[in-house]
Amino acid sequence: MSTKKTTTQPLLDVQNLKTYFYTDDGVLTAVDGVDFQVAPRQVFGLVGESGCGKSVTSLSLMRLVDTPGKIVDGQVLLQGENLLDKTPAEMTKVRGSQISMIFQQPKSSLNPVFTIGDQIVEVFKIHETISEKDARQQAVELLRRVGIPDPERKAQAYPHELSGGQAQRVMIAMALALKPRLLIADEPTTALDATIQAQILDLMQDLRDTTDTAVILITHDLGVIAELADRVAVMYAGKIVEEGDTTALFDKPLHPYTQGLMGSIPVLGDTKERLEVIPGNVPSLINLQPGCRFASRCGARVEHNLEICTQVEPDLIEFDAGHKVRCWLYQEHAGHTPPLKAFADKKDRK
Amino acid sequence: MIQYIVRRVLLAIPVILGILVVTFLIARAIPGDPCRSALGERATEAACEAFNQRMGLDQPVLVQLGIYMRQILLEGDFGSSIRYSRPVSLMLIERLPVTLELGVSALILAVMVGIPAGILSAVKRNSRIDVAAMVGSNIGVSMPVYWLGLMLAYVFSIFLKDTPFWLPPSGRLTAGVIAAPFYKVWDWQLVSGSLGAQAADFFSNLVLFNSFITGQWHVFSDGIKHLILPAVALSTIPLAIIARITRSSMLDVLGAEYVRTARAKGLAERAVILKHALRNALLPIITVVGLQTGTLFAGAVLTETIFSFSGVGRALFDAITGRDFPVIQAFTVVIAVGYVAINLIVDICYAFIDPRIKIE
Repeated sequence: MSTKKTTTQPLLDVQNLKTYFYTDDGVLTAVDGVDFQVAPRQVFGLVGESGCGKSVTSLSLMRLVDTPGKIVDGQVLLQGENLLDKTPAEMTKVRGSQISMIFQQPKSSLNPVFTIGDQIVEVFKIHETISEKDARQQAVELLRRVGIPDPERKAQAYPHELSGGQAQRVMIAMALALKPRLLIADEPTTALDATIQAQILDLMQDLRDTTDTAVILITHDLGVIAELADRVAVMYAGKIVEEGDTTALFDKPLHPYTQGLMGSIPVLGDTKERLEVIPGNVPSLINLQPGCRFASRCGARVEHNLEICTQVEPDLIEFDAGHKVRCWLYQEHAGHTPPLKAFADKKDRK
Repeated sequence: MIQYIVRRVLLAIPVILGILVVTFLIARAIPGDPCRSALGERATEAACEAFNQRMGLDQPVLVQLGIYMRQILLEGDFGSSIRYSRPVSLMLIERLPVTLELGVSALILAVMVGIPAGILSAVKRNSRIDVAAMVGSNIGVSMPVYWLGLMLAYVFSIFLKDTPFWLPPSGRLTAGVIAAPFYKVWDWQLVSGSLGAQAADFFSNLVLFNSFITGQWHVFSDGIKHLILPAVALSTIPLAIIARITRSSMLDVLGAEYVRTARAKGLAERAVILKHALRNALLPIITVVGLQTGTLFAGAVLTETIFSFSGVGRALFDAITGRDFPVIQAFTVVIAVGYVAINLIVDICYAFIDPRIKIE
C-alpha cells in the first residue's frame, strides 16, 4: 500500500453534502452531511453496507441523482470550483472529461445497441474536436491498454458479445479515455466472479500506478479497500462514521460499526463456529430517531450503558492525526465523559 | 438476410392460401343471395337460375372453390365482380391506391405525432404535459372513428365554412378536378391491358403521387385538403396507442444503467434521450406500429364510408352487403398480403435496431 502525500491541496473537497429523496412516505436522508477530501492521485475508499448512501454520494458528486432525489445542501469543490453551482450545460463538460464513473453492472452499463468502439469514440467526440479516424484509433489503443485481446476486432463487438470482466474493462477504458482528474468506481467488482474480480483489481492497481487519476472506490468489500485504497471513509446510514488512512483504520478501527464490519470478515486459516454479525438492520432513513444512527445496533452502547447515544448525535472528530471518528466513546459532551480507556490514555498523553 | 426474407415469403404462401380458402367459405356461409342483390329483389327464379349458372354459382361449393383456386393460381385471375361484371383486378387498380394514400398518411401522422408525444411524456413524467398527453391519448383511444369523423366534418366543413380553415367533408377530389395520369403527361406508349399499363394505372391513381411527380399543383393541394380530415380521423386510435407505448417503453429505458452511463460520459440530455434511450425503446414501438397498420385497414372501412372515399374498405363493405364473392375474396387477400408484408418489414427492422436479434 503506497502512502501518498495527503497534505497538498485536495483535488476534491466535499463539504456538508446532503442529498435527500422526497418520497411519498417522507423525506429520506440518504446522504446527510458528508465531508471528505480526496488528494490528487489518491485512492479514496468509501465503504459501507447496502443502502448506507455511498452510491448516492457518488452520484451526487456527478450531479446525476434522479428524482425524487435532490442535493439540498453542501459543496462539491473540484480543484476549488463548486460543481453544485454549475449550470447543467457546464456540468456536462465536467462529466466524462474531469470526473468519470464506472458502475457495478458493467454489462448493463453499456448500451446494447451500439458497438463498444462507438461508445468509446463517443466520449472523444463529446469533449474534443477529433476526427472519426483518430478517435477510433485511440479507442482501440485504450482497449489494448485495459487488456482486451484483439482490440481492433473487439471494437466492432456489441456489449452482449463480451463477458462481464471484459465489459468492465471496456467501461474502465471509456472512463479513462480523457484522462480525468477523478474516477468514481461504484462497486466495480461486485458483480464479477472472484477470479475476474482479482483481474479487474490488478488492472485498477496498475492504472493507479501509471495514471494521474485519483479514484473514489466505493465498495462494501473491505478486502478490496485494503488492497487498493490509501484512505478510507466508513459510511453508515448517510453519514461518515469513521475516516482514516487505510493502515491506521485497519490496525485500529475505532467506531463500533467499523469494528463490527471487520469482525464479520472470514479470515483464511481462522476457525470460527460462525462469523460475527452486527445485530439488527440499517435504520430506515425516513423519520430518524435522534442521537447516533448506529445506537440501536451498538454493542458498546449497551456495554457502557451510555444514554447520550440515543439523545444527541456525535460529531466527526479527529481522534488521532488523520483518523476521525463519530462516536460518543471518544467524545466529551456536557455531562458525558467518554468511557473508553483509549480516550483516557490519549488525554493523559497531551 | 436475403435467405431469411425468401424463407419468410415462402412461409407466407400457405398463410395466404389459407386465408383464400377461409374467406371463400365464410363468404358463402353468409346468408343472402348474390343473384338478388345483383339483379334486384324482384328477379324471377328463372332469371336467377340462369344467372347462377352463368356465374358458376350452381356448382357445389367445393367445386367452386377448386375452379376459383385454379383460376388464381394458374392464371393469376381474380375473376369478375358478380354485381358489376367487371374484372376484380380493375377494381383493385382503382381502389387500392386510394386506401394506400389514406392509410399511409394516417400512419405517418400517427407516428410523427405519437412518438414525440410519448417521448415528451416520458421525459417530463408527471408534469402537466405528461398528464395532458395521456388524457388526450385516452380520449383518442376511446373515440369511435365514425363519431370523430362526423364531428371533424361538422367542425371543419360546416362550422368553419367561409374561413381559411374550411376543409371538404367528402370525396377524394373536388368534382371537376382531374389529374392527368403521369404516363399521359410524359407521353408513354403503353399497350392497353398489359401488366405495365396496369401498373401505370395503379400508380397514376395515387392522386398525391401522380400530381406531385407531374407538378399538377392544384390537384395536389386539392388532394391534400380532401385527405386531411379522413387521415386525422383514421389516425387517432393508432396515434394514441403509439404514444402510450412510446411513453412506457421510454420510461423503462430511461431508468436503465446505460442511460446513466451516457449521462456520466457528459452527453447532453437531448442526445441521451434521442440517441441512447430512444434506439433501445424502439422495439416495442415498431411492433405496435406494425400491428396498428393492420388496424388502419379495418378503420379504413368506416373512414372511407364516412368521407365517401372509393377505396378498398368501402368496396369491401359494398361487396359484403352485396354478396359479391370474388370481390370479397380478392380484397381480403390483398389486405392479408399487406399485413404479412408489414410484419416481415417489422421483423427485419428488429434486426437493424437491435444487434442482439439475429434473423438468420
